[in-house]
Amino acid sequence: MKRLLIGGALVAVVLAAVVSFYASSAPDGLNKVAEDHGIVEQDSAAAGSPLADYSVNGLSNDRLSNATAGLVGLAVTAAAGFGLFYIVKGRQN
Amino acid sequence: MQTVAMHVPDGFLNIPVSLAAYAAAAVVLGVAVVKARSELDDRTAPLAGLTAVFIFAAQMLNFPVAAGTSGHLLGGALAAILVGPWVAILVVTVVLTVQALLFADGGLTALGINIVNMAIVTAVVGWLVFRLGVRFIKTPKGAAVLAGVAAFLSVPASAMAFVAEYSLGGTAPVSLAAVATAMGGVHILIGIGEAVITGLVVAAVLASRPDIVAGVQDTPLARPVPKPQPVSA
Repeated sequence: MKRLLIGGALVAVVLAAVVSFYASSAPDGLNKVAEDHGIVEQDSAAAGSPLADYSVNGLSNDRLSNATAGLVGLAVTAAAGFGLFYIVKGRQN
Repeated sequence: MQTVAMHVPDGFLNIPVSLAAYAAAAVVLGVAVVKARSELDDRTAPLAGLTAVFIFAAQMLNFPVAAGTSGHLLGGALAAILVGPWVAILVVTVVLTVQALLFADGGLTALGINIVNMAIVTAVVGWLVFRLGVRFIKTPKGAAVLAGVAAFLSVPASAMAFVAEYSLGGTAPVSLAAVATAMGGVHILIGIGEAVITGLVVAAVLASRPDIVAGVQDTPLARPVPKPQPVSA
């Protein structure tokens, strides 16, 4: 299990911090359909987040900004996910 | 740089439908927590956490699917095959909530909608297809292909859930048939990417720890692959 966890975490870090920089920035399926059909989106109440749209507000280096946002997201997801599942699991085992 | 994601933003669907989706999601999440309590143990809880982390990373990777259009992994089917449907719903909900709050990816009003479409529908469809098919599967390679099929089907199913919601509470007067056709078409293409990623990940986890993969429980595939015995002289 330890090998799977470490290997999986490493893959996730490389994907979020490095590979994601090269991700397509074209609108995705849903947004493309919405654009084509005149369905208009509103800003989320979280649009002012310093990490909105997977970039760090005020950081001009795109590569660094993207990697930082990805790594912070991974860390928060890991804390929330592992935390939640350990709590839900309880101590019955 | 803007990463555009497949999450429903605020403004696409009206408030009543958005709130109804929140209510439906809350009910399912409540059941999921109760079910997860008995399904999670010391071996599967870490796999559930890792699955959430992996899906977050994979959703940053938009791949091109057609001219000017991209898609990314939804992950609900993958999570369901790895950790079971109830835990999978919680896994994807964790990811969607982090994305909505921290990255403004998917609306806050629309979070209930996104949980229904991207966590619940994908996990349920992915799980049902995989479990229906797995009884006919003899090899880990076959299980990976089946995982791809289940993942593929989960994507247009999710897109059609959006179309259904749009028929109830869409905010722009557009032809429903046109939206349904466009959503279905592009999400069949995105489903191919979903299938490839899901098949590869399920193959990797099956090669490493087949005993903890929820989708193959109660099948011969759940047994660890026996090491070849050295031939004695």
